[in-house]
Amino acid sequence: MISSDLRELYQEFILDHGRNPRNCKVPECSNHGGEGYNPLCGDQISLKVQVEDGVIKDIGFQGSGCAISTAAASTMTEAVMGKSLAEVKELFQRFHALVTGGEDEPDFDKLGKLAVFSGVAEFPMRVKCATLAWHTLQNALEGEGAPATTE
Amino acid sequence: MSEAAALASAATYPLERIRDDFVALHQQVRDRQLVYLDSAASALKPRVVIDAVERVYGRDCANVHRGVHVLSQRATAAFEAARQTCRDFLGAASDKEIIFTRGTTESINLVAHTWGRSNLGEGDEVLLSGLEHHSNIVPWQMVCEQTGANLVVAELADDGDVPLETIKAKLSDRTKLVAMAHISNALGTVLPIADVAALAHERGAVMVVDGAQSAPHVAVDVQALGCDFYAFSGHKIYGPTGIGVLWGRTELLQAMPPYQGGGDMIRTVSFERTTYADLPAKFEAGTPNIAGAVGLGAAIDYVNGFGFEALEAHEQSLLAYGTEQLQRVPGLNLVGTAPRKVAVLSFTMKNAHPHDIGTIVDSEGIAIRTGHHCAQPVMTRFGVPATARASLGMYNSRRDIDALVKALLGVRKVFPL
Repeated sequence: MISSDLRELYQEFILDHGRNPRNCKVPECSNHGGEGYNPLCGDQISLKVQVEDGVIKDIGFQGSGCAISTAAASTMTEAVMGKSLAEVKELFQRFHALVTGGEDEPDFDKLGKLAVFSGVAEFPMRVKCATLAWHTLQNALEGEGAPATTE
Repeated sequence: MSEAAALASAATYPLERIRDDFVALHQQVRDRQLVYLDSAASALKPRVVIDAVERVYGRDCANVHRGVHVLSQRATAAFEAARQTCRDFLGAASDKEIIFTRGTTESINLVAHTWGRSNLGEGDEVLLSGLEHHSNIVPWQMVCEQTGANLVVAELADDGDVPLETIKAKLSDRTKLVAMAHISNALGTVLPIADVAALAHERGAVMVVDGAQSAPHVAVDVQALGCDFYAFSGHKIYGPTGIGVLWGRTELLQAMPPYQGGGDMIRTVSFERTTYADLPAKFEAGTPNIAGAVGLGAAIDYVNGFGFEALEAHEQSLLAYGTEQLQRVPGLNLVGTAPRKVAVLSFTMKNAHPHDIGTIVDSEGIAIRTGHHCAQPVMTRFGVPATARASLGMYNSRRDIDALVKALLGVRKVFPL
């Protein structure tokens, strides 16, 4: 009954991260933080990051959201842990291109586990769910502390 | 209505003919026959409405109230005929009481920014209910900030009702205005507007009714409701978007300052002084949405052709069927079960976020709304970030509900309990 696009979107890996999100915590130490909100569906995320010598040493998020946004936040925290800020920026660009269908041949090696989100490209209304945590991280690292919003 | 009478009306309700008239129903979405269950957000349009709009642009295409030429006369006649249709539809005392606006939101803003700013002051109270749409909250908040008046809220009960006793207890000698939805967009609750209006008037307050969700589903008579202002939108009553109506009592409208300045709303203009036109032109600055108004008139004529008794009986029977059938979905919780409701089924599902529900049922060609429905205080009241909402209209059938239930059982497979 369920279409192949939908199976692609709701892969077991994504459902698992949606049900049991990783790094859903407040880190013991943090020197960056950000809030994100998707007014369309009410998804909310609060992010805390510890950056030392230009490298993400710890990261945790809290919030409520759909399976896609929760799984995206969970996988993001795993993907950026231990990465330099430059690497994180590049990874977000790759991820954004992946979920918006903006890249013909995504570099799956560099995306790693994040590649499971390729199905989102078939659901334009869900791109904001997949990118909310990433926008919030970008704001936390670069911004002035203003809440990230998908609008 | 007795069961026998309900069965008789179900047997005579021309559902198939109505479905034929709504051309947008007849399309495939994601390789499935479309099932449209989002009429509370925007209803589909019957062929006659589309034809009426096309006639304006394709034939009677001119500005209104200005030209001496034939096309302008035709456009003016069609536009003013639509105003007359709206007057009859609401039971207004005069067609001068029918102000065309962009929709319910603009109608409420008009009252807030004219009546509100001239009549509200420090310490006055504006009473709302807990189920209001943002468009019946934010304009009052804005005018309260400007005037020093205070917002007071009659809270929702657990079933999504706002009991009359709660409203009564919130009224005070400082209440200057009561603004409430006739019917909740998020929950479908019907409020006892006639009783509220009587209580408001006992306190000397003015009663504003947000009729966006009632105009399409129940017979409205502003005299019987006893309100002072009533606002509704064209696109929710099977008409075009970008058109709506504000009805107000003549004496109130006359005492109010204009809303926007411009063409059509003046009598004389000089750089020293402008005098304003009479009702309704005083509140209709600029070239109006002519095709929208004409399309709205056609929509009202279309709905009246079946009569609200038949529409209500059909939709109430769908509400009863839908309420019963949704219980078949494990872990589904209906939000809003007030005794008086229209066919709005708002729900949450354990372990499945409304947004995920929306995507999965959409993949079956079923259109529902997910989110806060522009009623965030309602979501907060029930402790949920969002709900999924199926809202029905005159063209929906039991088959549509069966399709929804089947799709929701599919959601349950992706997100098991």
